[in-house]
Amino acid sequence: MSHKNRSGMAARRRTHALVFAALGDTTRLLLVTKLCSGQRYSISQLTQGSKLTRQAITKHLRVLKGAGVVCSVRSGRERLFEFQPERMEELKKYLDFVSEQWDQALSRLKAFTER
Amino acid sequence: MNDRIEKRLELRASVSRVWRALTDYREFGEWFRVKLDGPFVQGQVSRGHMTYPGYEHVKWEAVVQKMEHERLFSFTWPHPKSLEKADYSVDYSGEPTTLVEFRLEKTATGTLLVLTESGFDKLPGDRRLEAFRRNDGGWTEQMKNIENYVAQKP
Repeated sequence: MSHKNRSGMAARRRTHALVFAALGDTTRLLLVTKLCSGQRYSISQLTQGSKLTRQAITKHLRVLKGAGVVCSVRSGRERLFEFQPERMEELKKYLDFVSEQWDQALSRLKAFTER
Repeated sequence: MNDRIEKRLELRASVSRVWRALTDYREFGEWFRVKLDGPFVQGQVSRGHMTYPGYEHVKWEAVVQKMEHERLFSFTWPHPKSLEKADYSVDYSGEPTTLVEFRLEKTATGTLLVLTESGFDKLPGDRRLEAFRRNDGGWTEQMKNIENYVAQKP
């Protein structure tokens, strides 16, 4: 892997770190951390090493899928889960945009009240 | 945390001055750049339209949640379907809104204003992000507009 790729991945991981906090659930955080590597995982693979049941993992994956954080693809009889960074990056961009607008508005408020 | 925005701002003005700038609909309109139809009333819808250059066609609609005298002013509002200037329009379809809160605190030099906007995680993803998905250039363009604007009117 090139340096460029690696720093790109690091930047993505930082963005994701924020997203994980928003998800606010330890299990889902762990699932996303695992899926974040870019590799596809089956439900069995994701259940391995977890104290949770396959059913519980499936439920959490459904939540992540609903939020657009992961998507699933069929592979034979199995369903494989894959991380989708786009949604998270888009959300971050949108928040940056709204944040920027607040900065503008608040600086006008400051000027307005201090004049 | 990435589903909320928080800003802290020190103002060299009294709490009552800042409270008035926030809750008097004419004063609010002046710095926020919106022309409101009437006063803010707790629990009621506030309507008007933006006066922000380039966004004059955009309606303003918010529901005033709390008006705790000189302490807390909050409202909920919908978010735009698209951020591209030409088709910038706000989504009034009754979908989840975000909550905007202004909290005031007296300080030695004036007022500490804490603004939070939360609930972005509840906004429907496809609407929230359509602009970016469709055209990343639109986003870049928007940022340039803001930069130019700020450069012209510091």
